[in-house]
Amino acid sequence: MAITTATPHAGNRTMESLKHKLPPIGVLGPFFALLAACVFFAAQTDTFLTGGNLSLVLQQVMVVGVIAIGQTLIILTAGIDLSCGMVMALGGIVMSKFAVELGLPVPVAIVCGIGVTTLFGLANGLLVTRVGLPPFIVTLGTLNIAFAITQLYSHSQTVSDLPDAMTWLGTTFGIGSTQVAFGTVLMLLLYGIVWFALKETARGRHVYAVGNNKEATRLTGIPTQRVLLGVYVLAGAFYGLASLLSVSRTGVGDPNAGQTENLDAITAVVLGGTSLFGGRGSVLGSLVGALIVGVFRNGLTLMGVSSVYQILVTGILVILAVAADQLSHRKER
Amino acid sequence: MAAPQIVMQAKGLVKRYGHVTALEGADFELRAGEILAVIGDNGAGKSTLIKALSGAIVPDEGEILLDGQPVHFKSPIDARRAGIETVYQELAVAPAMTIAENLFLGREIRKPGWRGRWLRMLDKKRMAEESNRHMQDLKIGIRSMSVPVESLSGGQRQGVAVARSAAFARHVVIMDEPTAALGVKEGNMVLELIRRVRDRGLPVVLISHNMPHVFEIADRIHVARLGKRAAVLNPKKISMSDTVAVMTGAMRPEDIPPECLAH
Repeated sequence: MAITTATPHAGNRTMESLKHKLPPIGVLGPFFALLAACVFFAAQTDTFLTGGNLSLVLQQVMVVGVIAIGQTLIILTAGIDLSCGMVMALGGIVMSKFAVELGLPVPVAIVCGIGVTTLFGLANGLLVTRVGLPPFIVTLGTLNIAFAITQLYSHSQTVSDLPDAMTWLGTTFGIGSTQVAFGTVLMLLLYGIVWFALKETARGRHVYAVGNNKEATRLTGIPTQRVLLGVYVLAGAFYGLASLLSVSRTGVGDPNAGQTENLDAITAVVLGGTSLFGGRGSVLGSLVGALIVGVFRNGLTLMGVSSVYQILVTGILVILAVAADQLSHRKER
Repeated sequence: MAAPQIVMQAKGLVKRYGHVTALEGADFELRAGEILAVIGDNGAGKSTLIKALSGAIVPDEGEILLDGQPVHFKSPIDARRAGIETVYQELAVAPAMTIAENLFLGREIRKPGWRGRWLRMLDKKRMAEESNRHMQDLKIGIRSMSVPVESLSGGQRQGVAVARSAAFARHVVIMDEPTAALGVKEGNMVLELIRRVRDRGLPVVLISHNMPHVFEIADRIHVARLGKRAAVLNPKKISMSDTVAVMTGAMRPEDIPPECLAH
């Protein structure tokens, strides 16, 4: 007696192999939602579907987009990082103050800023793996710590007169009539690298495995705690790169940056189809999710809707996405 | 006939938890090419014994020999490195990952050449092919290695876990209640798999509460009682009710008819 599924029909088999070649519905769903949002705003406003505006959306999305990469890694391990936006803001203040007030060379200042955000990632990771605290509580704590340090260190003052080299990523180059920021290119490049690493390398697959079944993964000999710690540290480094993009885009070190990005990044990841239960999802989905958030904010602004309603819409979006995630996995639970 | 080769052996294992002594000088002996069932009432020291053999706990006293060599496992990972694979009752797989990924989890194969060395790319094609081969070896008829494990039935999932252990175990496969979470039909399928694993030359330690299952496939039955080994029985000679009597203490080991003991 063998464990055999029903005898395969030839037609059945082609369907099966076709199903494996097409991207799963979890990736297509957010993509269609993005298309629908674009069609809606194109119909509602004359200005949405212009090269200039779309390039603006891409520039507006780059900060949230890069934070969402780090957030995706953490959510894939069934964790969450509530501190992402605040840590990003601290990184921006550190690198701009180091460059303007301490007069450090720009690359050194940037590395220091990214170093600080990476240290925050390390702290989150150590508290989660070594002390065994839940990520939700740990990052709720570091959210406040990062916010307080940012305000204290900057005296709640914006840092301006940044050297040009620091804001280079915010400058644009033309493709035809459309202006593209270098920061957008960096964001797409980072997405490409992380997508490849998650899909094609053993370490990437281990991130999924830890989110899927941590105990089973540990028993296979994979150092699950090291995978987790690595994910938090890496996420911190991505927040640092996002700090640089934020500083580049606004041209100042802003102690109040990151307040909308904090929830927007989580919204982007969930809208992109990555499950809050861990182990399922794709980083490319988060890019689509970030674009959905960006398109909504931009489109509603063009329609003259006040920003309070935009926050309202983002709140509704994230609840809908989480509900969809919950429903689609109810069967397996 | 020469004495059968002993693959794994434990002598005088002791494990205490505070005032409770779970193992009180337990012995154990697994021979090449056999299915050894381990049975015992709750608290008989059965699961503690198995945990010691699979590296999940470290015994306070006694020694464990693998192929005649003493071994000291500090974790299940140490036991795995020594060639002992364990299949757990609770279907220890990553549900959203594919069959091939589950089989090779923690033992991934990289692509040859620069793509493997510099980009650290996985050789998914080769892992799928080898997974297919392992599954075919055990006659587990699943068509595609690229379907997520959660789309399989409970028996097929356990089949994946068994195939993984059979593919990588060099010495021993330990199965901890592998049929407990399954229905009758699927349980029988997994029993058949266990038999195939043995027929391929790997000795199997089967922990089970299910007496009919034990009598169906075990070559010898190790009865654990009061932290010790009460007896090793021959399922072809002893009845199921006498076996339960030995297990519960209703029949004293010295009262067991000599022909019912396994040699």
